[in-house]
Amino acid sequence: MNAAALSRPLAALGRATLALMAATGRLSLFVGETLSHLLRPPFYLREFWLACLNIGWLSLPVVGMTALFTGAALALQIYAGGARFSAEQVVPSITAIGMVRELGPVLGGLMVAARVASSIAAEIGTMKVTEQIDALTTLSTNPMKYLTVPRVLAATLCVPMLVGVGDVIGIMGGWMVGVNRLGFNSATYLKNTWDFLEFWDVGSGLVKGAAFGFIVATMGCYHGMNSGRGAQGVGRATKSAVVAASVAILAANYVLTEAFFSA
Amino acid sequence: MITLDAITRSFGSKHVLRGVDLVVPTGQSTVIIGGSGTGKSVLLKCILGLIEPDGGKITLDGVDVHEGERDAFLARFGMLFQGGALFDSFSVWENVAFRLLRGALKRPKAEAREIAIEKLRRVGLSPDVADLYPAELSGGMQKRVGLARAIAAEPEIIFFDEPTTGLDPIMAGVINELIREIVTEMGATAMTITHDMSSVRAIADRVAMLHAGKIRWEGPIAEMDETSDPYVQQFIHGRAEGPIETLR
Ligand SMILES: Nc1ncnc2c1ncn2[C@@H]1O[C@H](COP(=O)(O)OP(=O)(O)OP(=O)(O)O)[C@@H](O)[C@H]1O
Ligand SMILES: [Mg+2]
Repeated sequence: MNAAALSRPLAALGRATLALMAATGRLSLFVGETLSHLLRPPFYLREFWLACLNIGWLSLPVVGMTALFTGAALALQIYAGGARFSAEQVVPSITAIGMVRELGPVLGGLMVAARVASSIAAEIGTMKVTEQIDALTTLSTNPMKYLTVPRVLAATLCVPMLVGVGDVIGIMGGWMVGVNRLGFNSATYLKNTWDFLEFWDVGSGLVKGAAFGFIVATMGCYHGMNSGRGAQGVGRATKSAVVAASVAILAANYVLTEAFFSA
Repeated sequence: MITLDAITRSFGSKHVLRGVDLVVPTGQSTVIIGGSGTGKSVLLKCILGLIEPDGGKITLDGVDVHEGERDAFLARFGMLFQGGALFDSFSVWENVAFRLLRGALKRPKAEAREIAIEKLRRVGLSPDVADLYPAELSGGMQKRVGLARAIAAEPEIIFFDEPTTGLDPIMAGVINELIREIVTEMGATAMTITHDMSSVRAIADRVAMLHAGKIRWEGPIAEMDETSDPYVQQFIHGRAEGPIETLR
């Protein structure tokens, strides 16, 4: 084997690394620019309000469903696991903590990523390829301020609320299964849950939700704004937004969990 | 006055603009002609800063377009995009009045709507279309809404990218007249891209022909027919034979 053949995989690795670093740099600049516009007028309240409606209110059903079924399944699993060392009574508390600390924010965030990052990327990407973004600029409207800032702000504020609602519904899902299938007393189940949970269990989940909301909207806007030309370009931007948002959510979840709870 | 000095721009290995020099005088109507894909739209976007040139210098009234306040710079311009570029989440009148509904030129909604309807009338659209959405309009109607939006805030400098393509001959005549009026009555500076030679004759004070990334010929409309430049002659007479290759 000659040296050229040997260096080929290395070159490919190098290229991929460089591309990754360049993409990270571009994304950081994008985030920096978004933040720099956050506090400077003009503010587009109508856009912000519409974004809240789309990201927060219209995501309620899908986040609620996710939480309900997850909470229910979680109760069954914990019951089965607890039974192995006769600790069935932990079902209410472990279901609650699993929901509010981990599954509520993560699954909620992932569902919002699927629903919102895709729609933002497709919408902004289409605007980009049909020159609507250019048109905004020529009409003295900064596209970052008008499109990105309201969406990022709305997602950062709304996703924690969604997570909060999801927490309650998820615990309800566990409670329904606990009372109807596992023979728990309804009042005891709820009292156990309530007594067990600490403020920071819920609070940490909400902070995660805010971070995930920020990630979702930022990825949607970034990939939309950098969409390639034509329908194919928009399709690719949409896919990249969902994949990037999902992976970033899972990675951020680990980092935040480590920061909040590691001893 | 807008001056372009040795503007270059490539996309990948494709050298679209290879050193464009052009002067666009204030208060006149300059028409850019040139084959499809020669970079006419790219040139307009370079002036507005929507596409960053690779090299060269663009000045407006002697000031580099990169210097000074960008908002103030853009506020002087209006642009009709080749594809219309209407905002599909807004109704027709909200598109036309976009600039009048927010920012520095903001005014009451009723007044903005009235102005929008007046501009729509000028491009030959009845008030009925004001509350429709862009997706409900035909291609030619969308183009005219885009035109109404470009002139709504009465900018000093207006760029029209193919204002009459997709319009019937009568409507094309109306639009040509409108552009002429905007220049002569409002004293605006107009820069128009068109492939339609009757449009060129109707609206141009000066004509510039873009070919192979450079301005091939430039001069007053009266001299266009007399010029001996074979490229211009081939283009304005629409001949298949000549120095301009048909495969590009
Ligand atoms: N964003 C872009 N990315 C890559 N290539 C581009 C881009 N914009 C324009 N081009 C290329 O630049 C060239 C000139 O495009 P432009 O739209 O300016 O042509 P034009 O002269 O306006 O043509 P037409 O009369 O058909 O509108 C084309 O070959 C096009 O492929
Ligand atoms: Mg063009």
